[in-house]
Amino acid sequence: MTITRRRISRSWNRYRIQALLGQGLVHGVLTLLGLVCLIPMILVVSISLSGEIALVEQGYQLWPVGFTTAAYDYILQQPGQMMQAYGVTGFVTIVGTGLGLLLCSMLAWPLARSDFCLRGPLSFYVFFTMLFGGGLVPFYILVTRYLGLKDNVLALILPYLVTPWYVLILRTSFAQLPTELLDAARIDGAGEWRIFFRIVLPLSKPVLATIGLFFVLRYWNDWFLALLFINKAVLYPLQYLLYVLMRNITFLASNPQTTGMAIPTQSARMALAVLAFGPALFTFLLLQKYFVRGITIGGLKG
Amino acid sequence: MQSKKSNFQTTKAGFFTRWMGSQRSWDTNFNLLLMALPGILLLLIFSYLPMIGIVIAFKNYRFADGIMGSAWVGLENFRFLFGTDTAFRITRNTLGMNSIFIATTTIGALAVAMLMNEVYQSRMSKYYQTMLFFPYFISWVIASYFVFAFLNGEGGVVNQLIVRAGGSPPSWYRSPQYWPLILTLANLWNSIGFSSIVYLAGILGISPELFEAAKIDGASKWQQIRFITMPMLYPLIIILVLLAIGRIFNADFGLFFFVPRDTALLYSTTDVIDTFVYRSLVQLGNISMAAAAGFYQSTVGFILVITANWIVRRINRDYSLF
Repeated sequence: MTITRRRISRSWNRYRIQALLGQGLVHGVLTLLGLVCLIPMILVVSISLSGEIALVEQGYQLWPVGFTTAAYDYILQQPGQMMQAYGVTGFVTIVGTGLGLLLCSMLAWPLARSDFCLRGPLSFYVFFTMLFGGGLVPFYILVTRYLGLKDNVLALILPYLVTPWYVLILRTSFAQLPTELLDAARIDGAGEWRIFFRIVLPLSKPVLATIGLFFVLRYWNDWFLALLFINKAVLYPLQYLLYVLMRNITFLASNPQTTGMAIPTQSARMALAVLAFGPALFTFLLLQKYFVRGITIGGLKG
Repeated sequence: MQSKKSNFQTTKAGFFTRWMGSQRSWDTNFNLLLMALPGILLLLIFSYLPMIGIVIAFKNYRFADGIMGSAWVGLENFRFLFGTDTAFRITRNTLGMNSIFIATTTIGALAVAMLMNEVYQSRMSKYYQTMLFFPYFISWVIASYFVFAFLNGEGGVVNQLIVRAGGSPPSWYRSPQYWPLILTLANLWNSIGFSSIVYLAGILGISPELFEAAKIDGASKWQQIRFITMPMLYPLIIILVLLAIGRIFNADFGLFFFVPRDTALLYSTTDVIDTFVYRSLVQLGNISMAAAAGFYQSTVGFILVITANWIVRRINRDYSLF
């Protein structure tokens, strides 16, 4: 009796030690991977906080060398272009997210209704665009020549408003709403619009938060539409401004004789990047759980 | 299959009765259609009109004449495109790099998902997920700054390490041979968190009883992974890989454009169909060439998506796109 018990407890101990070791190992590997993902960001933040001379002497370091906030002071003292770009990006993000959420929901709700007579054809109409597209050239010609939206802020908003993938996620979520509530509202004499705005949308806050965040990051991070349609510096969004700066630096570096233009210091450049991804990162950290939920709802269909 | 067909039938049969039937259904259908109308119009403009505009690939486009007014030239644009080495180069780079991306992301994401599953109960798992997931929300423009901080000739971290180890660092932005590796790492960094969440959801969906039974039978962790986790995940893996193959003709423009900083010296390994179309269209103004390459991408891409989806549908209808 005592022998077996001891044996059991010994093997149990060995099992626990092995499990603990295994867990420790897994934690170690994941910490390492996580840090590898973070290092580029840490590096850029560190450069932005480093002294210019120290950077030239010691190269980029993961910890700021000759710590100074001079780069940020420099940018914030001459806000012109940067603040303008923040303004454009902020406007596009707010208007695009608001309108996009509204229009995608308004398109998704009829598709979620089994009693809507055009549900089948309309579903096909929406989702076919996920399979086939005309490509960049006709799109570009359409927007510039036929819609005349070159150097127009609408060109930064309109093309992303209706995104079939978001409509799909919204439809799936709307279809799961309890029908009793809708029937009750209908008996009380509520019309379709009233039901949509007073019942469907308020009941769908979680999925609207998810899609809203997808929209926010999509508009905030967008450079593509600016790359195609924006030439005027006043309308540069943040991401595009960063690209233009990077390109100019490359150009100036390869043509040193070109003078008359101040080359932003290395730390100032990185400070610009930090100011551009800071808000996006903050949003993400704050509302990460909604993203994870969104992926598990619709990720497979992405 | 059967159920879908019958569903469609009832919708169709109900069309007239529902549309014309009672005042209420007419009202319902009318209002719902009205609600969907703005979305329908936007899709019509930004998705369907470009589909018609794809005929531009068979025309000699002149700005003054517009798409419909320009003269037909048959296959002239394609003869021009495929007469150069460029067509081969961009196809090879697109297919090659995307194949590498699919393989590395799938394997990496599976490994991370399994590790995450082991420590899912722990408080730390949330932090790991955050760290791995955040690169997905960094735009490629910013990521190109990150890569630059590593590879920059003056002070770049990788260069410092090579010098410290006694080597002489290459000039990265002039050496195309390194870029398949650099782009693969950048892509992995960007997408591993996202993909691993999908696989983690798959693993968490496996019935815990299977693992308990295996543990009682004395199965080691490795055996559990090999004989339970992997077989249970095979359908999901196959489906996700097939769907990725369906999109293999479309490259991630931002990755290939910004990270190598649109450097002409690197085109031999970094130029893909998407960047080529953009450059021809906007920078070089060679619209016919861009249109031909775009048509090529759209049609081959469409065939691939349809085929991949058809196969997925045969494996498991729930995962297919349509």
